[in-house]
Formats: sequence, structure tokens, C-alpha cells
Amino acid sequence: MSNDNMQFDLKIWKQEDGDSQGAFQEYHMEGVSEDMSFLEMLDLLNEKLIKNGDEPVEFDYDCREGICGACSLVVNGIAHGPKEETPVCELYMREFEDGQEIVIEPWRAAAFPVIKDLVVDRSAFDRIMAAGGYISTKTGSAPEANTIAVDKEDADKAFDYATCIGCGACVAACPNSSASLFTGAKISHLSLLPQGKHERKERAVRMVEQMEKEGFGDCSNHAECEAVCPVGISISAIARMRKEYMRAVTES
Amino acid sequence: MPSLVDAARSQVGRKILSGITGILLGIFIIFHLIGNLTLFGSEQAFNIYSHTLESMGIFLYLFEIGLVLVFLVHAYIGVAIWLRKRKRRPVGYEKYSSMGDPSKQTFSSRSMIFTGIILLIFTVTHVATFKYGDTQMITVDGTQMKDLKALVINTFQNPWYVIYYIVVMILLGFHLRHGAWSAFTSLTMKGGTKTSAVVYTVGTIFAVLMAVGFLFIPLYIYATGGTGALIAS
Ligand code: SF4
Ligand code: FES
Repeated sequence: MSNDNMQFDLKIWKQEDGDSQGAFQEYHMEGVSEDMSFLEMLDLLNEKLIKNGDEPVEFDYDCREGICGACSLVVNGIAHGPKEETPVCELYMREFEDGQEIVIEPWRAAAFPVIKDLVVDRSAFDRIMAAGGYISTKTGSAPEANTIAVDKEDADKAFDYATCIGCGACVAACPNSSASLFTGAKISHLSLLPQGKHERKERAVRMVEQMEKEGFGDCSNHAECEAVCPVGISISAIARMRKEYMRAVTES
Repeated sequence: MPSLVDAARSQVGRKILSGITGILLGIFIIFHLIGNLTLFGSEQAFNIYSHTLESMGIFLYLFEIGLVLVFLVHAYIGVAIWLRKRKRRPVGYEKYSSMGDPSKQTFSSRSMIFTGIILLIFTVTHVATFKYGDTQMITVDGTQMKDLKALVINTFQNPWYVIYYIVVMILLGFHLRHGAWSAFTSLTMKGGTKTSAVVYTVGTIFAVLMAVGFLFIPLYIYATGGTGALIAS
């Protein structure tokens, strides 16, 4: 039998917009099924709030299946909540204890300003991508797929880094608000593939510079990012980013 | 492409510089500890060792200047990162916890600025006590030299000095635990999960060895009144 009547004391950050001061608001929730996802639990809360004519709690989501990177909640002090390699949209209420208090906060970083409640502006990531997270290529008819051979090992590694969904949990969890894991994953992904090698130097330098311009902090090798990353990007991405950057500035 | 100077000031460059200076300081303290252990050698081993260093003249000065520079660069980067970090998250979390393994976030990693500043202050007082402290001259095998050994032994008869040294050496251990891991991770540019676990363990062993090695000396001298079996006289 699954428990259909869990209760929770929610403490949720509410903030009108980027210019206002936010504060925590407390909500008591009843009738939560342990099979609900964390976001479904919040949907339930919002339905109740709307029915009562109260303001719902704003939070970000899209796919709800761990692929888009939109969901972004710090749950009881951990980005994406307590389950490893799991985004908060795939977190289930069975991970919590009945009657427990749950504190829900937005990603906190100067580079991710709050738009409303739990929704933050992550366009800083888009600008890091625009600075070099792409390859230049001819459009038009696709080339024959097997003309450029890629070692299986490199392809696998590149794929691992490519699984970064750009959620920003790494920044949220980092004591310094560093975006090194995200930027490192993007740089590593492309630098491992033949299509990405031509622009590797410019890419590394531009993306690292943009990361700093956006106001992300320094990496102190706390490795907290790897622990919260919903797809398990390893800090070897940061190591590769450093290597790519140093290669760019030392080789002419 | 950025110049090397710009690169050194970038986020990546700062981290690598912090790692290089950290490792240089780490190598320095290894030799410092080995040197200190001559206290437990023959009667005048420690004095002869320190006299040999002092008679290097200009080379010693150059070395000292280099060491001070390395120390200052390391401290400067650390303080700058810490100051910047506060601006990077103006509104903090109501509740924050570490996810645990594979995170390397510990008391060590979070207190680097605190342990670092204590070590900086300590180093100044330590140099004042032993480099510029009052010493008698003695003659060993026809050579005049400072009796530094006597200064060390006398200093550590004072329990407050001993406590001060022990506390700071424990903090040194914490600093080295995260520092060794962090420097190697920044410099070897590897960060795979297996490598990380090995590097972290080796770093922790190094940190413990250094802390215990350094704090053993004042503790032993105090506990035995400077006349322990390990100290020849
Ligand atoms: S590295 Fe992981 S935590 Fe960071 S943005 Fe990508 S998926 Fe999210
Ligand atoms: S909503 Fe798409 S990853 Fe969570």
C-alpha cells in the first residue's frame, strides 16, 4: 500500500519580482501521495491556493522527465533535493518523511537573479554558450555520417559531457557560485570531437571569459557540483576546461 | 588570445597559480620539518644545520625573498577569491547542506580562508620568535654559531607557546587536507572519480603527517622538560 496522505510543512521563498525583497512563507500540505513527484506536490499546493483565491507559487519546469534542465529548486539545502543524480522533477515524495518540514528556495547566485518566487533568470548560461559553445559548419544537406571517424572512447566521453542539461544546480550548490562544471562540460564535450577541435582555443578562452563576466565565482575544488549534478557530470570537466584554456594561452 | 598576464589573472589562471604556490609552500614545509627533526639528532646537529643555512649568505636572502613572494601571492589569491565569493551570492541560503560523496566539501574546504589567515599571522610570529629571537653564541668544532637549539627548547618550556603551536599545527593540517587535493586537482588537470579519491586520500595522509610532525616537537620538548631521550645533550 502506498501512503496517500502524507503531510508536510513547506517553507517556500516568495518574491514578487527582481526588485522586491522576498521572504519565506509557510504552507501546510495534506493529502500528498508518496508517488507524487516533487513538482506534482507543488501543483497540488497551487491548485489549493488558486481555489482559495491566493497567489500560487511560481516555479520553473518544462519536460518533467529530466531532459530539459528547467526545473531548479533547492530542497532542504540541496540543489535538486536529496536524491543523487536526480533532477527535482524526478524526485518523488517517498524520499521524504511524513510530517517533515521542507524548505524550498531558488538557485542563489548573483548571476541568476530571481524573476519571481522560485524562478531565476539563467540567461547567463545562454550567453556563455553564445560565446563559444558551438561549432561553425556549413548548413544545407547533411554530410555523410561516416566521413569523419570518431574513436569510440572519445565519442563516449564526449557524450557523457554532452548530457549536461544546463540546469545550473552546479552553480546553486557551489559555495562560490562558480559555473565551472557547466562551462567545463560544454568545453569538454566539443573539444573531444573532431568537429569541435578547430575552434577549441577560441572557444575555451571566450567561454571562460564570459563565465567571469557574468559574475560567476571562482572554483575552489569543493566538488559539490559533481555531487548535485542531476546527470552526474564529473569534475574532470573542470580539469579539461583548465587544460583547454592553458593550451589556448600557451600554444600560439 | 589573452596575454600570459591576463591568463594568470583569469579564473583558470588564478586557480593554477594558487596551486603552484601552494605546492611550493608544501615542499618548503616538508624540508622545514625534516630540518626541524635534526633537533633529535646529535647534540649540535640542529645548530650546525641552521648555521649552514645562515652561512649561505646571499643565496639564503634570495631564497627567503622568493619564499615571501610565493607566500604573498598564495595569500593574495586566497583572500581575493574569498572577497569575491561574497559578491557572487549576495542572498544566501536559509538552509544549505552538502550532498556528501563525491563532494569534497568539508570543514577543511570551507575554512581555508580562516586557517589561511591564522597561518599567515602565525608565520610572522614564528619568524619573530626564532629568526629574530635572542640567542647565545656557542663554539662548535671551532666555529662560532647561534645556539638556536637552546632558544627552541627554552621557548617550548612556556605552556602557552606550546598550546599556540599545537593549535596552529592542527589548523595547518586542515588547510593542507583540502589544499593538497585542490592543488593537485588544479594542476594535474585530472578529476576523474577514481583519481579524485586517490588524490584526496594521499592529500589527507600528507596533511596528517605534517601536522603531527610539527606539533610533536613542541609537545615533546614541553612534556620532557627539554631533556627527553630523543634530545641529545
Ligand atoms: S553540469 Fe550538471 S548541474 Fe551543471 S548545469 Fe549541467 S547538468 Fe546542471
Ligand atoms: S523539468 Fe525538465 S529536467 Fe526537470
